[in-house]
Amino acid sequence: MNAPARRTGYLCIGCPLGCRLEVVEDETGEVEVRGNSCKRGLEFARQEHRDPRRMVATTVRVVGGRWARLPVKTVEAVPKAEVVALCRALHALTLTAPITMGTVVLADALGTGIDVVATRDLPAHT
Amino acid sequence: MLVVGAGPAGLAAALGAREAGAEHVLIVDREPEAGGILNQCIHSGFGLHHFKQELTGPEYAQRFLEQVLEREVDVLTDAYVLDVDRERRAALMSPEHGVRDVAARSVVLAMGARERTRGAVRIPGERPAGVMTAGFAQKLVNQAGYLPGRRVVVLGSGDIGLIMARRLVLEGAKVQGVFEILPHVNGLSRNVVQCLHDFEIPLHLSTTVTRIHGHDRVEGVSVAPVDEALRPLPERGWEVPCDTLLLSIGLIPENELSRRLRLRLDPVTAGPVVTSGMETSRDGVFACGNVVHIHDLVDYVTQESLLAGRNAGAYALGNAASPDNVRLVPGENVHSCVPHTITTDREHVVYLRVSRSLKPCTLRLGASYERPLRYVVPGETVMLKVRPRFLEAFHGDTLHVDVVPREEGEA
Repeated sequence: MNAPARRTGYLCIGCPLGCRLEVVEDETGEVEVRGNSCKRGLEFARQEHRDPRRMVATTVRVVGGRWARLPVKTVEAVPKAEVVALCRALHALTLTAPITMGTVVLADALGTGIDVVATRDLPAHT
Repeated sequence: MLVVGAGPAGLAAALGAREAGAEHVLIVDREPEAGGILNQCIHSGFGLHHFKQELTGPEYAQRFLEQVLEREVDVLTDAYVLDVDRERRAALMSPEHGVRDVAARSVVLAMGARERTRGAVRIPGERPAGVMTAGFAQKLVNQAGYLPGRRVVVLGSGDIGLIMARRLVLEGAKVQGVFEILPHVNGLSRNVVQCLHDFEIPLHLSTTVTRIHGHDRVEGVSVAPVDEALRPLPERGWEVPCDTLLLSIGLIPENELSRRLRLRLDPVTAGPVVTSGMETSRDGVFACGNVVHIHDLVDYVTQESLLAGRNAGAYALGNAASPDNVRLVPGENVHSCVPHTITTDREHVVYLRVSRSLKPCTLRLGASYERPLRYVVPGETVMLKVRPRFLEAFHGDTLHVDVVPREEGEA
């Protein structure tokens, strides 16, 4: 009465070889990685399978600055499923220049515990 | 000392020059602020080699600029270098100073590169609005705050194109697909995964845009697969509606000043021929960064430019390095190598680009040195550290650099 093993494909991002990885998960949740040619591929496939995360870098609207947008980033990678919602939340903000690099633009973004910070100084428009 | 360009190359060259003891260093840039292309590259992935942490482009630029300003380098923005003559007198133009001459003991050319445009690939059609390079769209979105279109097609799979595909989706546009004429992606697999797969953006390899439709504004493009000779097969093509076509089809070193100086240019890299100290064919004129050859990583630009700056600084002080005594020549499966000459008595970093993928393979430096490589791909620079001991038994003046398949039985 074994449930069929679940197979998922990933493209390795470790190096330009771009190995096609396959993760086979059996009914007990054990995973086996195939197709990797190095240890980094193995680690990547496991992480990507269990808890895919991404660094998010986007921009926030600014008034009175040298530029109309301020670049921002998450200080850590956030769950992949939250990326689009996070960008939407950041689009709703409007900041006023001047702003310094490292300023927290959105604290505890979407309850992830991860802050979004400015990635440059943005002087006021002269 | 004069540095032309305040991007990552110019900033690092200025730092290098100050390290070498040059007292008066002036950087000139035409943009309103220093940092070059890094200011619009808001994604992370920079600095892993140089700063040992992952930074965004603006962070990398700001860290460098802070170091430069601490070292009392003058940075003149909103200013053009119109000309540099053989005596290293430069004509500058800016709204603040008008046209002004500056005399320099040494000059570093760090103008970077320009994106190839529609004219470089000659796509038939009229000239509607909505056809632009990926880097220009990046500037519009990330700095000016304009969305260039609602339905976008990307031609070319360079990293900027992939990154912009994701960027536009996150800004609310629909990306209809990325089309690449070659059978492989140009950008990093990291970007294929995180920019295309994550957002279910279709990637069409061996496929190109054959026509742009629309008179005032782009209304769509025709696309078609290509045969082995890269000729489109229109009978198997289809139409893709869109209002914007982004081009991510390569970079060309920006060498107008180099040509005015009549520097020797390498037809393959399209940049100046340089010595191991990054000096061009003109005494006291140095070059570094993407103006010399297109780099994969800004970290490599920094490394090369610190070297160029140190040598240009030493030259300005009258301490020019001893001349090179070995010429490097791209051999089998080597598309280009920079620098073009080295010495036998110092350590050098040589950047190679291969013509075709191989795995596994052997990198050979004449009969003097060889090293096994796990793989090579045209999109990734191979860095070779040449140490004096490799060349102890070498007494010629020309070394061929080859990357060949590994022979049976080799380790």
